[in-house]
Amino acid sequence: MIEVRELHKRFGTQHVLRGINLHVEKGEAVVIIGRSGCGKSILLKHLIGLLPPEEGDVVVDGRSLKGLDERQLLRMRQKFGMLFQSAALFDSMTVAENVGFALRRARRFSEQEIARQVGEALEMVELPGTESKKPSQLSGGMRKRVGLARAIVYRPQIILYDEPTTGLDPIMADSIDRLIVRICDRLKVTSIAVTHDMRSAARIGRRILMLEEGQIYISAPPDELFRSKDPVVHRFVHGISEAREQSFQP
Amino acid sequence: MMADAYQRILSWVKGLGRLGLFTWEVIQSLVGERLAGRIFLQQLYLIGVRSQTVVLVTGAFTGMVLTAQTYFQFHKVRIDTGSLAVVGISMCSELGPVLTGLMVAGRVGAALAAELGTMRVTEQLDALRALATHPVDYLVVPRVLGTIIAMPLLTAESMAIGIGAGYAVGAWFLDIDPTYSWHNMVRYTTVNDVLMGTIKAIIYGAMIGVICCYKGMHCGEGAEGVGRAATEAVVRSSITILISNFFLTLALNRILENE
Repeated sequence: MIEVRELHKRFGTQHVLRGINLHVEKGEAVVIIGRSGCGKSILLKHLIGLLPPEEGDVVVDGRSLKGLDERQLLRMRQKFGMLFQSAALFDSMTVAENVGFALRRARRFSEQEIARQVGEALEMVELPGTESKKPSQLSGGMRKRVGLARAIVYRPQIILYDEPTTGLDPIMADSIDRLIVRICDRLKVTSIAVTHDMRSAARIGRRILMLEEGQIYISAPPDELFRSKDPVVHRFVHGISEAREQSFQP
Repeated sequence: MMADAYQRILSWVKGLGRLGLFTWEVIQSLVGERLAGRIFLQQLYLIGVRSQTVVLVTGAFTGMVLTAQTYFQFHKVRIDTGSLAVVGISMCSELGPVLTGLMVAGRVGAALAAELGTMRVTEQLDALRALATHPVDYLVVPRVLGTIIAMPLLTAESMAIGIGAGYAVGAWFLDIDPTYSWHNMVRYTTVNDVLMGTIKAIIYGAMIGVICCYKGMHCGEGAEGVGRAATEAVVRSSITILISNFFLTLALNRILENE
């Protein structure tokens, strides 16, 4: 369904992605882990065409994104839903307007139909009755839920999650993870999540990919990854910093 | 030193090229895509109605001071009643559109750049694109069209209030004969002066809209980036108005004289 071939990305002198190869099947739940700043979110933005690859290619449903202009990419993006790290809700709109945005832009639904689907999506993320609230009146967890409702309301085939639990307390993070699993099972969508929260990765991923130095270092089911004796994987999964980082050098 | 200057020129040319491509994208969207009507009306209100006070105050006091200054000079050669004619021509062809443009650039341009810049740094622009919506169609075109339509209307108000205030100052404070003063103003201020001011206002509206939206959409990261984008938007659009005013005056004089 999604294939990434030899993807490279540089920002100035910084070579962030160094030849990523990745294949995600339809209906799969994949989690991409890696240290902060290793390029996870950059990779995710390439999958939906928000960033153009410098080298390599991204293929979605057999169609290469290479050479597509912004308007062609817009049509391709209708297959995707995306939850942003900061939720990226439109702060001038209410919750209902945010969630119903894509439906209203499609101009295929009546206002009653949009209101019904928005209500259903908010019900799914356990936020019924918040339609008239503004994003500024919501907590971090609620904003993520609204962002999720906005991403699923038009029933996309692929949902991308950028750090879905970052900045949330453990209970709220657990609740978001369960929500993601439920949505994946109920809507039968392909899920690709980016996180450095290992508990979250274990809960929502059927396969975990680890990004290290701009490349996919390992791809394995969660159990196998957590049992891995590879020092790089072991250190990351169990949150052990390198000795040289601990010592203070003047 | 030379390398530094070369880099600066290169970056300036690149920026100009990007602005050109952005303008082309706006034109394509304006012609080929459906307008986001609700946002357009909202912007027309924010740009047109909410700028009334600043434009009216600027126009009135400019007309008043121009009448007074012209009178002080004309009085020496006893042509007091020609003062309002100078005010009429100046307000219609130059001061009306330029001062309105500068005021709108300051009041609206900064807000446009800051709003779009904030949307960029908080990933709202990416969210729009992820929701299969082109930010130029949804955000830029309604704002540019709003400034293009609001600017000539605000300029017309500024011209009218400037002349009216000048007339009042002349008649009540400077003892200029009001009848002759008005007669001379109507006689020497031609339709071409009003037309020139209106055409300039439309062009300045497009310039303010495009430059300020471009600055917002391409701002740097964080609060600093947004602040810089807002400042640059105002400075660049003001300078563009002032420079282009000279060339527009020459060109429009030629064109309208030949009509």
